[in-house]
Amino acid sequence: MQTPAPVDYARATSVADAIDLLEKHGDEARLLAGGHSLLPMMKLRLARPEILIDLNDLDELRGIRIEGEEIVIGAMVTHAEILDSPVLAEHYAIFREAEKVIADPIVRNKGTIGGSMCQADPSEDLSAVGSALKGSVVIQGSGGKRTLALREFHEGPYETKVGDAEILIEVRFPIRPGAGSAYEKVERRVGDWPVASAGVFVVVSGGVVTDCGIGLTAIGAEHFCAPDAEAYLIGKAPTEENLAAAAQLAADACTPYADQRGPVDYKLHLARELTLRTLRKAAASSQGA
Amino acid sequence: MEVTITVNGTPVTSEIEPRKLLVHFVREDAGLRGTHWGCDTSNCGTCVLWVDGSPVKSCTMLAAQADGHEVTTVEGLEQGGVLDPIQQGFIECHGLQCGFCTPGMMMTGRWLLDNNPNPSEAEIRDCISGQICRCTGYKNIVASIQWAAEHPATSEVTA
Ligand SMILES: Cc1cc2nc3c(=O)[nH]c(=O)nc-3n(C[C@H](O)[C@H](O)[C@H](O)COP(=O)(O)OP(=O)(O)OC[C@H]3O[C@@H](n4cnc5c(N)ncnc54)[C@H](O)[C@@H]3O)c2cc1C
Ligand code: FES
Ligand code: FES
Repeated sequence: MQTPAPVDYARATSVADAIDLLEKHGDEARLLAGGHSLLPMMKLRLARPEILIDLNDLDELRGIRIEGEEIVIGAMVTHAEILDSPVLAEHYAIFREAEKVIADPIVRNKGTIGGSMCQADPSEDLSAVGSALKGSVVIQGSGGKRTLALREFHEGPYETKVGDAEILIEVRFPIRPGAGSAYEKVERRVGDWPVASAGVFVVVSGGVVTDCGIGLTAIGAEHFCAPDAEAYLIGKAPTEENLAAAAQLAADACTPYADQRGPVDYKLHLARELTLRTLRKAAASSQGA
Repeated sequence: MEVTITVNGTPVTSEIEPRKLLVHFVREDAGLRGTHWGCDTSNCGTCVLWVDGSPVKSCTMLAAQADGHEVTTVEGLEQGGVLDPIQQGFIECHGLQCGFCTPGMMMTGRWLLDNNPNPSEAEIRDCISGQICRCTGYKNIVASIQWAAEHPATSEVTA
């Protein structure tokens, strides 16, 4: 039987209250969002916090809204809410395509975008989405708020720039009129973590790629992205040849390791193939001027 | 800590350790053994119940998180001695063999039909994709949920 070790529990009544609690308890405290990564880690004693600070009552961390030129997703928005959001679907197909293959419908009812980003699992699907779209996160502490690009957010596996007494409060994505986007994942069985995933957005304008982002997860791409492949495509026509060359550059940015999900050469093949498929799809659906 | 969780409409108050998982609260404190407890790792789905109307894997939620909330378990499907169509569907279509996965399958199936009264077979299979059945091969589980979709107001208990 797997049960977490003894732990205290407190419900935050506001973001400020959660920050107070974090300051009071230092690094013995952990924030509890969906709990679908943290509780399994506590059962395995990979995490042993002394107190959990539950964020689930904080309506201020919920909701998806448009603010100026950005889409803002509250930290406590669940995978299920992202999957069903008409606002997200209108701007970026990548969200639905990724969410459909993250875990299963029941897990998606609990897991949150804030928890996914802060868990920083090297196979997290939403990290590839966030990196592809060049999103940013807003982090709040007692000193106020700061905004950080998602491509600078991860320090390494399971490590982020969120400090001990800070909370990620929202994730922001620039709206890009006319952008096409797509996500593809290969998994061993339905609902499993990826063997490899790729997600991209492309803006094609005047017959050439004017903007693009490439995100990759589970295959050792630094900051879940492939900047050389993106730079290569800018100003080029989205021909099969150019997309394939970019996909190869994306695979070159990956350093996967062999595990029960597959050997290195297979994962590099997936990096290239999934990037190519998503680039094709995104370029074809781009409605750029 | 003391928690009060309303289980199938009845408030249950109990002194618990904060680390207690909701599945154990329901089975031990509320005394309802319909919700099963299997893999412990959010993979099998036999522990699925509803919190505030939304299905969750109760092995991956603390009872403390449900304090002040409404839980519905498989025992809550039957109303006044009348089985829910989803339960009737499992009888009609032989939707279980050992029955271990059944409570979770029924809770997810009922939720699916509440949101999508006429799901396709693909939608049913997708919805139960986070739940494992070692006996049936899923065919009869899908048929049971389809039966419930086709008989939304059945009240006839035949077994
Ligand atoms: C069976 C199963 C299958 C899964 N499959 C996939 C998959 O295919 N792809 C995938 O990407 N993911 C998958 N997941 C992970 C799922 O997406 C998790 O929900 C997610 O990783 C964590 O989100 P959470 O809200 O549950 O976070 P929690 O578990 O609550 O928290 C995770 C970590 O983040 C911290 N944290 C949470 N919120 C904040 C915040 N606002 N500010 C600062 N720190 C915070 C917590 O303290 C903790 O350290 C799966 C999970 C399960 C159980
Ligand atoms: S016991 Fe909860 S998913 Fe298996
Ligand atoms: S009936 Fe035995 S596990 Fe499903």
